[in-house]
Amino acid sequence: MKITLFIPCFVDLMFPQVGIAMVKILERLGHGVECPEEAACCGQPAFNSGYWDEAREVAVHTLERLRHAEVVVIASGSCGAMMRVFFPELFRGTPQEAAAKELAGKCYEFSDFLARKLGITDLGARFPARVTYHDGCHGLRELKIHDQPRVLLRHVRGLELVEMSDKVCCGFGGTFAAKFPLISTAMAEVKCAQAEETGADYIVSSDSSCLMQIQGLIDKRGGKLKTIHLAEVLAAS
Amino acid sequence: MKTPAREFKERAAEITRDLRHRKLINTALRNYEGVRDRTRSAYRDWPAARRAAADAKREALGGLDRCLEELTRRLEGRGTKVHWAGNGRQACDLVLQIVKDKAARSIIKSKSMTSEEIHLNEALARAGFEVIESDLGEFIVQLRHEPPYHIVFPAMHLTRGEISDLFARELGSAPTRNPEDLTMAARRALREKYLTADVGLTGANFAIAETGMVSITENEGNARLTGALPKTMITLLGIEKVLWRLEDLALFLPMLATMGTGQPLTSYNTLYGGPRQPGESDGPAEFHVILLDNGRTRILADPEQRDALQCIRCGACLNVCPIYRNVGGHTYGTTYSGPIGSVITPHFRGLQDWKHLSYASSLCGACTEVCPVMIDLHHHLLQNRRNAARGKPSKLERLAFKLFAAIINRPWLYQLAKRMGRTGQRFHPLIKGGRLDPARAWTRTRELPPIARESFKEYWRRRERRGR
Repeated sequence: MKITLFIPCFVDLMFPQVGIAMVKILERLGHGVECPEEAACCGQPAFNSGYWDEAREVAVHTLERLRHAEVVVIASGSCGAMMRVFFPELFRGTPQEAAAKELAGKCYEFSDFLARKLGITDLGARFPARVTYHDGCHGLRELKIHDQPRVLLRHVRGLELVEMSDKVCCGFGGTFAAKFPLISTAMAEVKCAQAEETGADYIVSSDSSCLMQIQGLIDKRGGKLKTIHLAEVLAAS
Repeated sequence: MKTPAREFKERAAEITRDLRHRKLINTALRNYEGVRDRTRSAYRDWPAARRAAADAKREALGGLDRCLEELTRRLEGRGTKVHWAGNGRQACDLVLQIVKDKAARSIIKSKSMTSEEIHLNEALARAGFEVIESDLGEFIVQLRHEPPYHIVFPAMHLTRGEISDLFARELGSAPTRNPEDLTMAARRALREKYLTADVGLTGANFAIAETGMVSITENEGNARLTGALPKTMITLLGIEKVLWRLEDLALFLPMLATMGTGQPLTSYNTLYGGPRQPGESDGPAEFHVILLDNGRTRILADPEQRDALQCIRCGACLNVCPIYRNVGGHTYGTTYSGPIGSVITPHFRGLQDWKHLSYASSLCGACTEVCPVMIDLHHHLLQNRRNAARGKPSKLERLAFKLFAAIINRPWLYQLAKRMGRTGQRFHPLIKGGRLDPARAWTRTRELPPIARESFKEYWRRRERRGR
């Protein structure tokens, strides 16, 4: 299969290791991977702020670059939700409406692609640690991704998966984190407390943006917890 | 004067630091979640129950004019006086007129968020009437001169100790930490009031068109006393509360209880069909029903958000909302707080003044997931943002997004921005978290990861070159 990997802007800038791990895993499975330079952002920041015209300016660019792909794997549940769920809405009544719907049908968040589309559970990874999984809200509730990352984690050698008491938001929420920083931080504190209760060494997630929020708080206040993206765990040996 | 947005931010800044508040609310709501889940698990097919409930509400709202006419006809057929109020002021005037006609002095009330919405207590007090809240939680917040903290649990932000102190001060009761003793203290104060009140005022949870009845759900029996003891009963309800069939209650009463408090069924569920009929032993001599619009038809006319009228005010969306759990009910400055409040308040009180509530959300969707009548709550927040930006865009924000689009759509410019960012971030520690820091909103409370030495796209270009 020829896989088009979509690396969102913030993963490109701050978490390149996540994209590299995904390439490694997908190629190891025998698939060809391409990564178009010009598809850089899904337009979600403007979209979520209510500026749909400005969001379309960015999104149309990405849509044009990805529309002919066989399958698109997205390195974030949040951007995945944007392209799968919200692109059809954003482009409703525009000339790109049909293309947006078609693209939505072939977009997959990374863990969803592995577990559901490819039906893979064991990637032969080894990661000896106690970890807890944080569900990014967009992945969990817009894309209904729950079991996929857990199945993959359960097959990692040496890894012990423990659940948090709740599936609560980490408080990132895109521009919300900057518009209401104190509420956002309070939410991160609640999230971290729940993760700490599990006694885990790592919080694993499929969304680097959630991890940026959680790690950002841990780095500020100190703490033993570490964050790591699912792809990095699955690529470890 | 401070804008509602400014006030919201200031109150939020204060209360998010209040760890005692956070612990109190989280503990209470975690307990609620446990009980709710246990009760909900008794449903054989919860998703089907949600669909049925949403359908029943949609059916009533789809023909709301006919549904309300039928309700009115049936109610009037048994001697109820039905009044229509276009807005809160009209509804308050109607109540005032009735209590004046009855030469009433004292009014006893059972719980009604709709009366909070139209500020009825204030209107009655201004006109010189004594108004007593008979629901325990409402009674407590009334003594404190504050609005309810939560749609269902008005006094959940208070500890037993605080309530004991309040009662000792206001009612002269002996200090106690025992909930039963506290309830008894309130009951002693309230029993007097029931007997002397001339008018009883209630809200309603549902109204049934086919039988012409008003349905009231409560746990303390206070609404029954409010309806039964005074000679005149007034029920105030929003027009969206009406359902077509009596059998719909078989679905809605357990659902409201399950999601509201985690009970399989609320302790008292009463149907009111009119004033005391000849040969009946109790009930009010006069029964008035006030049907309130107050912005509801505006929601009805909104094809995207009409489902917001399906709300049964169970409070489940507040309970799961991580924003609500951190800022609490009073921070919103609205009658209806939490996700449903953020959705409907702009319709009631103006989008531009109340749009900040739609932005004060991480759009996590926990509310939509839990809503028993399937209101698409968090997507409505997104639509409110779109409508707000369309109506009155922020020049600065629009410029920022345009600039971002111009950069991100051009690989060479994006590459240049990356390089500049890498240079710039070397000096970031000098200003980090301070007033000059452009990322201050983030860096005051969190660390920001640096731009990587080699971005993914740079890595990919290097790899492609090597490959070739």
